[in-house]
Amino acid sequence: MAHTADSHAPQHHYTTTGLDNRKVAIWMFIGSECMLFASLISTYLIYKGKNVVGPLPHEVWTNPQTGQAMKAILNIPITSISTFVLLMSSFSMVMALAAVENRNKPRPANPAFWWKVENSSKLWLFMTCLMGATFLGFQAYEFTSFVHEGLTIRRNLFGSSFFTLTGFHGAHVTAGVIWLGTLLAIDMKRGLQPKDALWVDIAALYWHFVDVVWIAIFTLVYLIQ
Amino acid sequence: MAHEDPRVGAAHDTPDHVHEHPTWKQYRWVALILTVITALEVWAYYVPALVASPFFVPLLLIMSAAKFVIVVMFYMHLKYDHRLFKALFTGPLIIAMATLISLLFLLAKHRAEGAVG
Repeated sequence: MAHTADSHAPQHHYTTTGLDNRKVAIWMFIGSECMLFASLISTYLIYKGKNVVGPLPHEVWTNPQTGQAMKAILNIPITSISTFVLLMSSFSMVMALAAVENRNKPRPANPAFWWKVENSSKLWLFMTCLMGATFLGFQAYEFTSFVHEGLTIRRNLFGSSFFTLTGFHGAHVTAGVIWLGTLLAIDMKRGLQPKDALWVDIAALYWHFVDVVWIAIFTLVYLIQ
Repeated sequence: MAHEDPRVGAAHDTPDHVHEHPTWKQYRWVALILTVITALEVWAYYVPALVASPFFVPLLLIMSAAKFVIVVMFYMHLKYDHRLFKALFTGPLIIAMATLISLLFLLAKHRAEGAVG
């Protein structure tokens, strides 16, 4: 088998299927995560519209203590921006992976500015971390403003299911930012090489998965009324 | 140089490495398409006539599904990857979707029967 050859053997962990076991593992993990998030989304949808008290996600409601009419609590413009930021972080992640995979490509004598940009894995990894952190910042702002408006995890069914679902997602984003941060640190220290591409690929798969989960959450929770 | 070693080329032809990745240009196009679809989703949210119409929810679901598929196919490069990876992802995804839909139908039926009763 060619892939068992000499110096590269220690870097590959092939299974009897001929596939690298790390990549099999990340896809199995992503598959199990699909079911986890499906259960959380199901819970949210089942409880949707069954709130006895406000605040409510899309509807105007009356505060029983003050008799004041309160607006719907979800802030679509802010969440649209954070969704855009997360989508763009997926773009920067694929650029980071491509930059690592192509590191050994011959460098032009006088590389153009855009050539340097496209091939800088440090830049793209940093951008991905930054956008992930920005998304978390938006989420922290959203959670804080909800609490100020009276929506806590114990307030009503919407609060319980919403904070559980988006909180779990936020925890995954946090883990992703830390993971990408460690890759960036390695890249800064010794430079990621094509032989490390699989490690970056695995982190990228996780990051894109976090992104696709948000695609579903954004539509099902924020946009569908 | 790793990429110049023909044996490494052979190793990359093992089942999990047969993927040719999309080009940078394709990645940029994908990003643009994702942005446009997201903008359309948000625009739809702010059109009262559309929100009130029966097409609103299916339209949003289709746009969301399109974004989901595009990211999985191109950014997660599942389109180019080994079929086992496709099975490992789509299998649980189908189970998850089936569970979600079954639960929603079951509880909608339960709610309707409760309302009649």
